[in-house]
Order: sequence, then structure tokens, then C-alpha cells
Amino acid sequence: MSVNLTLLTVMGALYACGIYLLLERSLTRVLLGLMLLANATNLLLLATGGYAGLAPIFNKDTPAGDYNDPLPQALILTSIVISFAVTAFMLGIIYRTWVLARQDEIQDDAEDRRVAETPSFDAEDDAVIPVETSEFPLAMIKAAAEEQPGSLNVDPRPEGGGK
Amino acid sequence: MNIASFAPLAVVLPILGAALTFLLIRYTRAQRAVSIALLTLTLTLECWLLASVWEGGTAAVNIGGWLPPWGIVMVVDQFSSLMLVVSSAVSLAVLIYATGQGMADGDRDAPVSIFHPTYLILVAGVSNAFLSGDLFNLYVGFEILLTASYVLITLGGTGPRIRAGVTYVVVSVVSSVLFLIAIAMIYGATGTVNMADLAIKLGDLDQGTRTLLHVMLLVAFGIKAAVFPLSFWLPDSYPTAPAPVTAVFAGLLTKVGVYAMVRTETLLFPGDALNAPLMVAALLTMVVGILGALAQSDIKRLLSFTLVSHIGYMVFGLAMSTVAGLGAAVFYVAHHITIQTSLFLVTGLIERRGGSSSMDRVAGLAKLSPVLAVLFFIPAMNLAGIPPFSGFLGKLGLLQAGIELGTPLAYALVVGGVLTSLLTLLAVARVWNRAFWRKPSDAEHPDPVLLAAPEDSATGDRAGRTNVTLLPRTMVGSTLGLVVFGVALTVFAGPFFRVADQSAQQMLDRSPYIQAVLGENAPVPPAALPGQEGGGK
Repeated sequence: MSVNLTLLTVMGALYACGIYLLLERSLTRVLLGLMLLANATNLLLLATGGYAGLAPIFNKDTPAGDYNDPLPQALILTSIVISFAVTAFMLGIIYRTWVLARQDEIQDDAEDRRVAETPSFDAEDDAVIPVETSEFPLAMIKAAAEEQPGSLNVDPRPEGGGK
Repeated sequence: MNIASFAPLAVVLPILGAALTFLLIRYTRAQRAVSIALLTLTLTLECWLLASVWEGGTAAVNIGGWLPPWGIVMVVDQFSSLMLVVSSAVSLAVLIYATGQGMADGDRDAPVSIFHPTYLILVAGVSNAFLSGDLFNLYVGFEILLTASYVLITLGGTGPRIRAGVTYVVVSVVSSVLFLIAIAMIYGATGTVNMADLAIKLGDLDQGTRTLLHVMLLVAFGIKAAVFPLSFWLPDSYPTAPAPVTAVFAGLLTKVGVYAMVRTETLLFPGDALNAPLMVAALLTMVVGILGALAQSDIKRLLSFTLVSHIGYMVFGLAMSTVAGLGAAVFYVAHHITIQTSLFLVTGLIERRGGSSSMDRVAGLAKLSPVLAVLFFIPAMNLAGIPPFSGFLGKLGLLQAGIELGTPLAYALVVGGVLTSLLTLLAVARVWNRAFWRKPSDAEHPDPVLLAAPEDSATGDRAGRTNVTLLPRTMVGSTLGLVVFGVALTVFAGPFFRVADQSAQQMLDRSPYIQAVLGENAPVPPAALPGQEGGGK
């Protein structure tokens, strides 16, 4: 199978630019990166078709080897349609981000940040005096509470109509 | 065998339903009726397919009458029909749950009217991916379900959902591009994209090319299945979506990735070339995922991490490439689809009842709503692998297969599997202790809905919000149905395990699949698995 060097060079350049843009934080650039990646892949698919040849419309005088391979072109067509839909959807999302936040940059996950900043001390697990949070306090802890009243919260709090 | 020729209907019916519900977008009731009816019909058809394949073996359908190596072919074997039945049952339960939620909230002007068509398209994409006997058609199936999932994950277009949606869309598109590159390379190397044909032709390639193609496919599917180094997108993007959407994503989308990995490993690239790296990835997926779950306080995020972690078990079973290991993995996939989805549905109910899905803000639900407590407890224990349940049986099968294999790496995975199971128990026990067991008054910043609790919460109370049922019967009912389905997997574990083992046997001995597609006199592939007879090297 022989390949077209120009197509391959273009493909490599598209992949390189696409990956570079994909790593940016600005959503518009990410979208451009995705589009370049999709097009580079289309070129790769085209290259798998081999030689340029005649349009694959059957003619009984033409030998089979003269036709172009039609399958990669069918695959490219499908992939173009798919990347078109995804691009349209991404544009919608980018517009929505702009409407909501007036910025084009991808935000950090708030919950992720919160978990990362949580101290390793946990009031329930690590407190010197155990805090009983269940509805069925242990007798032992009750006894401890009698010795040090007020230091533990086993006293019945006002429950908001839970019963 | 005639029944199998109806297999494409499993894809066509949901797409037809999507078109109808799109036309009926102004008539909410009709939309609901059509989507539930069509999904039920699809499920019936798929049960029928499973029954026919159980006896008759693998069957292939040539779409449009084009002969196999050239045309598109759909293959029904035991594994794919089993996956179809489980996935459709789960998606039907989630659909009923979602309509219940819509009815309870009064969704006349909400953008939820787009939910039904999109959801049905998602189901069609999943079915297409399961049935496809052609790599490019598998890619199209992935794209159908992914495009539908992009819409579902950003449903409503709020700030957090858009943020999560961007991560999800970009990662999915990159994995799809990788998959397409892999297809282009495979076509360049062999001149075919038909999977049965590839199973024969890939064997003739030299080892370097084979490994390259193999790794490309595994990386592309690994992103979709959320296998360890490629799993960080999942807990970031799933939790913000509406509860039914998260539930169906958790149940189905990653499992489609696992399904594709299973096909790659068994049909296209048999042998144990990449088994060791896969086992290491499985171990890391299990342990790192569950450690992430322990750090979370939001129940949805915690469940997303357990989802990642338990993908590791399936990859473990797959990487052993013995009948016992693969059979246990098949069983585990079906079990995990059901259990993970029901847990996410229950979390949706917790969020409604308690006003939040954070363990800190919710408390005392065991007393406030005993129904909810039971609904959470059973699948949670099932996920952790407590003895009577299917989670235990699946894990037991995997561990037995691992010990049977007996390599040091397999023993490491057995230890890792037990550890992950215990840590999963710890994670769900934390949810239980905080959200269900402690006093409602101990909740930090509780939502008014939680504390203003009237006497009967199961039949619907009207506190806090106006005209909003806290626990609508449809939602509780569909969750209950799924939990019962999960328990049924336990009760019928015997026959079910036999089907799983049979399907594993068929997949490892590739000739039924290849002969069903290419005809009886197709060249049978040179060798089955090295691991099949000897139990490893």
C-alpha cells in the first residue's frame, strides 16, 4: 500500500496543533483542537484507502485494481457527520457558559476543591472524647456523660418533629 | 433461528420511539405512554432473543442483505443477548422512575420534554453497541449513545451541569477519536472492519503491529470504561446530572466500554499478550477508586468512585482469560449494572427526602423513612459483597478463578479484591451511619425538608415545598423493582452463573461467533487461548 506524503504531513501537523489546543483552558480553543483532531483522523482514514483511483461505479471493462477503495470514504462521511453534531453541541455549551459565567474558561470542580481542602481531623473518628451521634447511645458513654456533664452531646436535643 | 433476524429491532424500536416522542413533545402523557410501551416491547423482544440464543447458539443478521465481510452484520450470542436484557430492564426501571419524578414535579414547562427522545436514542445506541459485529458499527453505536448522553448530562443547562458536561464531552470525544484512529489503522493493516473477519486476519500480522492495534483499542475502551489511569473524568462529571440520568449512565455507559474490552480481548486479540498490564490496571482501579470513595461526603460522588473501583473487578476477570474468570466477569457485569443503578436511584430519593445528597446535611432517614432505609441497605450490602447477595457470589467466582490461575499477580489481585470489598463496606457503612442512623437534629445545615417531617412519608407529604411529593409512589416502586431484580440475581444465581460460564466458553472458543458470521466453512482460527486448557502458563 502506498501513501501520499503531503496528506501524511498535513495529518501530522493537524494532530500536533489539535493536541496543543486541546490542552488549553479556554473552551473555544479546546473546541478548535477537537475539530482539528477529527479532521486529522479523517485524513488518516483516507490514507488507508491506498492509491487514488477511479470512482467506484461498476463498469465491466474496468479492471478491479483501477477503482478507488470506497469504504474509507463511507467511514469518513459518517465521521464528518458525527463531528459536525458534536461541534454544534460544543458551541451550544460554550455559549451557555458565556451566558452563565461571562467567561470562556473551564472551571474547577467545587466539590473536588472542598474535599481536597478538608482537614484530616474528623470530629467523629478522631476526637479524644468520643462523640455519640447514633440514636442509640451506648450505656458506657452515658456513664461517661454523668461524670462530665456538658462535655458530650448525649442530652436529648429538641428534635424537629422527627418522632 | 428466525427469531434472531428480529435482532435489529432492538435498535430500531427505540429510535422509532424517539421519533414518535419527539413529535409528541407537547403531549407529555402520550410521550410517557409511548416511551414506556416501546421500551417494554424492546425488553420482551430481547428476552425472546436470549431464550432463542440459549438453545440455538450464536446467530448473525446481515443488514440489507450484504454478505458478511463487506456488509454490516449484527451478532446475537449469549453474552450480547444477556447484556441486552439486563440493560433494557435497567433502562425501563430508570425511565419509569424519571416519569414519576416528572409527574411529581409537574414538568409542563421544564426542558424535560426533550428527555424522552434523548433517552430512547441512548438506549438504541447501547443496543447497537451490544449487537454490532463490525468495528465501525460499534463506533457508530458508541457515538449514538455518547451524543445522547451529552444532551442528558447537561439537561437544564445549569452552571454545574455545564461545567461537568464540558469535561465529559471533551474526554468522550478524545476517546472516540482514539477509537477511530484504531479503526483506521486496523483497516489499513487488514482491509476489513468486520470483527469475525478480523479475528482471522489479525492473526497473520506480525507481533509489533498486533500489539500496537491491541493497545490502541484497549486505551480507547479503557477511557469509556473508566479503567484506572483513564478514570478521573468520571467522578467529576457524573454526580451533577439529574438522578435518573446519573443512574442510567452509571449502570450502562461504562459497561458498554467493558463489553467492548471483552470483545477485543476474546475475539480480536486472544492470548495473554497484555494480561499482565491489564491485571495491574485492574488492581489500581480497584484500590485507587475505593480510596477516593472514602474521602467523599457527597453520596453521589462516593457512588461514582465505587463505580470506578468495581470496574476493576470486571477487568480482573477479563485479564485472567480463563473460562472461570471470564464467566465470573460476565456475571459481575450484569450484577453491577443492576446494583449500581439502584443505588443511584435510591440516592435520588434520599436527595428528595432529605433535601441534599451530602452525608453531612442528611441524617436520621432510617426513622423518617424506613422504606428508603431498606431500599438503600439491600443494594449497599450487595455492592459490598456481604454473603447471601449476588455481589458476594460474583466476587467469590472472581477470587476462585484468581486462585486457580495461581500466578503471583493473580494472588495480588485476590488480596486487592478482598481489600476493596472491605473498603466498599466501610464506605457504604459510613453513608448508612450518617444519613440513616444518627439523629435528624445532628445534621449539619439540614435542609428544611428534612426536619419538617410529617407522619407518613411513604404516601407523600407536602412539607417544605408546595405541591411536591417527597417520595412519589412511581419512583419508590421502580426503585423497589430494580432492588428486587438485584435480589433475583442472587436467588437465580445458579442458572445465571451457568449462562455466564457458557457465554465465556463460547467467547474463548471463538469458532461459534466466526462461523455464525462467515458461514459454516469459514477457516476456524488457528488456536484458542493458551490460558484455556492449562489455566495460565
